[in-house]
Amino acid sequence: MRAETLVRIENVSKTYHSPEGEISALQDISLNIAEGEFVSIVGPSGCGKSTLLNIIAGLVEPSAGAVYIKGQEVTGPTSLVGYMPQSDQLFEWRTIWRNVLLGLEVLNKVNSDTKLQAEKMLRTYGLYEFRKAYPSQLSGGMRQRAALIRTLAINPEILLLDEAFSALDYQTRLVVADEVKQIITRENKTAVLVTHDISEAISMADRVVVLTKRPGKIKNIHQVVLTCESHTPIGCREAVEFRDYFNKIWKELDVHAE
Amino acid sequence: MPNKPTISQEHLAYLHGKKLYRKRVVAAQILLLIGFIAFWEVAAALRWIDPFIASQPTRIVKTLISLHREGTLYHHIGVTVLETVAGFTLGTIMGTVIAIALWWSDFLAEVLDPYLVVINSLPKVALGPILIVWLGQGMRAIVTMALFVSLIVTIIGVYTGFSQVDENKIKLLKSFGASKMQILQKVILPASVPTIISALKINVGLSWVGAIVGEFLVSRAGLGYLIVYGGQVFRLDLVMASVIILCIAAALMYQLVIIFEKIVLKWQ
Ligand SMILES: Nc1ncnc2c1ncn2[C@@H]1O[C@H](COP(=O)(O)OP(=O)(O)OP(=O)(O)O)[C@@H](O)[C@H]1O
Ligand SMILES: [Mg+2]
Repeated sequence: MRAETLVRIENVSKTYHSPEGEISALQDISLNIAEGEFVSIVGPSGCGKSTLLNIIAGLVEPSAGAVYIKGQEVTGPTSLVGYMPQSDQLFEWRTIWRNVLLGLEVLNKVNSDTKLQAEKMLRTYGLYEFRKAYPSQLSGGMRQRAALIRTLAINPEILLLDEAFSALDYQTRLVVADEVKQIITRENKTAVLVTHDISEAISMADRVVVLTKRPGKIKNIHQVVLTCESHTPIGCREAVEFRDYFNKIWKELDVHAE
Repeated sequence: MPNKPTISQEHLAYLHGKKLYRKRVVAAQILLLIGFIAFWEVAAALRWIDPFIASQPTRIVKTLISLHREGTLYHHIGVTVLETVAGFTLGTIMGTVIAIALWWSDFLAEVLDPYLVVINSLPKVALGPILIVWLGQGMRAIVTMALFVSLIVTIIGVYTGFSQVDENKIKLLKSFGASKMQILQKVILPASVPTIISALKINVGLSWVGAIVGEFLVSRAGLGYLIVYGGQVFRLDLVMASVIILCIAAALMYQLVIIFEKIVLKWQ
């Protein structure tokens, strides 16, 4: 196993209250995520996947249990966590450059150092020429890269991706998933990906966590070992083991097979 | 970067057809106007209609020229334009500020909701006499009227715009640890610029209504005053001339707002 534990999720439960009643969304989730690890979370729709990410991000308070990042309890949003919401959420009225600086602005950390870092990433990932363009002038893939740089600019320890690619068409989605995975590996980041797409979950991750239907509990965890030449998500889909993982997870998610 | 594609013959023909069609529309629009004016003129000259009641284009032009010579015309235009501009600027700014307050406090929004609904359905010009008693027979009452007419619509429109800002964008900012003030500055306001501008567009029209009705009730100057005065002394030429100036002024002001919109929304 690689390095030490970065995130510790300890007996986390969440109950939502609304006038219609209470909904138990998560029940007793415990999970450790190692530094540099890529974890995918799959589960039936409404089982609490987003809730779990929101709790790790400090956006939602757990009803019971706690999350620790680098040994510190999460009590609110911090710059240790980079959160990537559904679709890129670039601000249409800001240029790419000003979009990339958004997180730093909020954190009051815009200085020559951080700007240089952000500029470097734009260059590395082929967006430097587009820094003065508006998001509407970029392709879906480029927008996703810009969104990722915006998140990386605050230099978080862990990236949380909630169905980050679901707004893209299938072709673009494969390519973007590839790019994002490469960038995350290259920047040495830890990541948690929530997705509905079993293939995406397997091809990107070191481990796949399968949740039960609501209230979400951990049903199974698959350590993913694939024998493939190019260790990119697209290449990994060619691996012989891929089918097996897919079928196993597919069965675990099957609502009729309770 | 986009490179210039070579345009096919077929596409050229298509573009040409489009342009021709557009020209025909404009030509028809101009003809319609000229036809209407000519018919009006002839109908009045041949006494099909009574020019004393229906006026007549040539008489309107004469009236305009004499108003221009007297120099009073520009004073009247100036007064009404000032009242209108003051009304819709104040209406838009105050409406937006109140909308921000409502966005800031859900409690306040919920408390005020029924009152806004009732005031919104009230014809604001009914408040005219009250405003005159409170603020006097002058410009202040008229500007307030112009403001009132657009205020509630602005509050409701802009507040709705605020509430429709994508939850995910707000969440993104919150994940950076943004304060409520930062959320307002960085996403709510900029995302709502199109909503605020469309409120502005509606307010331009509404404020003309407010200003003219206000002038009907009290004033001693302005286009509304000219229209009422002309009606009272049966000078329909004066009434028509004032209405035409009003049309032109309102159209110009609307165009200014459109230009403003284009400048502000250059990212679209
Ligand atoms: N703020 C909230 N208030 C009340 N109930 C909520 C709230 N957020 C989520 N829920 C409920 O909690 C459950 C889990 O929601 P969550 O969004 O975490 O699921 P999910 O697994 O991400 O679903 P999906 O696959 O549709 O994205 C759902 O039944 C949802 O209706
Ligand atoms: Mg979700």
